[in-house]
Amino acid sequence: MGKLIQVRMGELKISETPDQLGCTGLGSCIGLVIYDSDKKVGGLAHIILPEAGKNGKHKTKPGKYANIAIPFLIEELEKKGARKDNLWAKMAGGAHMFSFETDNDIGRIGERNAETVQEILKEWKIPVKGLDCGGKSGRTIKFSLETGELLIKTFHKGVKIL
Amino acid sequence: MGDQVSRLTPFQLDAMRELGNIGAGNSATALAQFLGREIQMEVPSARILSLEEIPQIMGGEETFVGCVLFRVLGEAPGKIVYLVEENSMDRLLTLALGQETGSIIGEMERSALQEIGNILSGSFLNSINKMTGFNCVQSLPSFVMDMAGAILGSIAAYEGQFGESALFLETSFSEGNNKIFSKFFLIPEPGSLEKMLEAIGAEGDGQIDPGSNG
Repeated sequence: MGKLIQVRMGELKISETPDQLGCTGLGSCIGLVIYDSDKKVGGLAHIILPEAGKNGKHKTKPGKYANIAIPFLIEELEKKGARKDNLWAKMAGGAHMFSFETDNDIGRIGERNAETVQEILKEWKIPVKGLDCGGKSGRTIKFSLETGELLIKTFHKGVKIL
Repeated sequence: MGDQVSRLTPFQLDAMRELGNIGAGNSATALAQFLGREIQMEVPSARILSLEEIPQIMGGEETFVGCVLFRVLGEAPGKIVYLVEENSMDRLLTLALGQETGSIIGEMERSALQEIGNILSGSFLNSINKMTGFNCVQSLPSFVMDMAGAILGSIAAYEGQFGESALFLETSFSEGNNKIFSKFFLIPEPGSLEKMLEAIGAEGDGQIDPGSNG
């Protein structure tokens, strides 16, 4: 039995079969998995925002911003022996938790996160094999590095597997 | 901008705490009048939290909570967040509505919780306005029930647009007989902090003079 490695806000963790990687309580954040199913190594980033601002201390928390996290994940996976051509991604989160009359504010972060992650993955030619983004509810996710399955628990809406 | 928060001196944190103390006292009185019960209030704290710490302030990230969120508009923009843990929420609603609500949160329960949030934040802002001479108002409430981590993580992401940490003025309101616990936060945007401190005469290391701005 592998262990369950929790990835907190802004963190990024890499491991291999038979471990599991998980995020608890994703709201507007994105849990992004990149995985090589041949080597069975993968990484999970708990992304908070699309891009690092001028003050971003991304050196200490590489998982925090989509534009830093994705290249970092790919590089780390290649160091672990993954082949870039084999990599694919699964992602969940990016919920719109609060609705306000003007939605260019807090509500839009989740949506922008999901869009940016997909754009960057496309630039890196990494196919997205599963996606559960948006909505109004928080999610808890668990990724099996053995099977490549992403288990998603949404509050009051049960469990689904991608 | 984020540096502004971490540059706050102990004296300035004290001044913010004092603002919070007077605001929270006002809120506790208003809630007590609304519910017709005695409300206990914890002495507020002014904490600088890094983004990563924010999702854990209610305990476990999977704790189910109800949250009423307001935007603060005016001279010192920010957010007000009122959080009630699931079991407390049922008991609070029973008190507010005068009948058992069970565990189903329908329209009436939502609006009762929003109203409680309104009372707390309105009276809190009122006293901040009196002390600073500002005319801050609150937005309509946004109500959500979910995992604490998902709610607070989304708030952290919002604050993350300003910097690496945020100032939380935190207090808790409880009703002992019915075991109701709830937490109330004011999260000023970094630019607002400076204005608030200036308005109460605490921009430097001197004495607080709440009367200076009327």
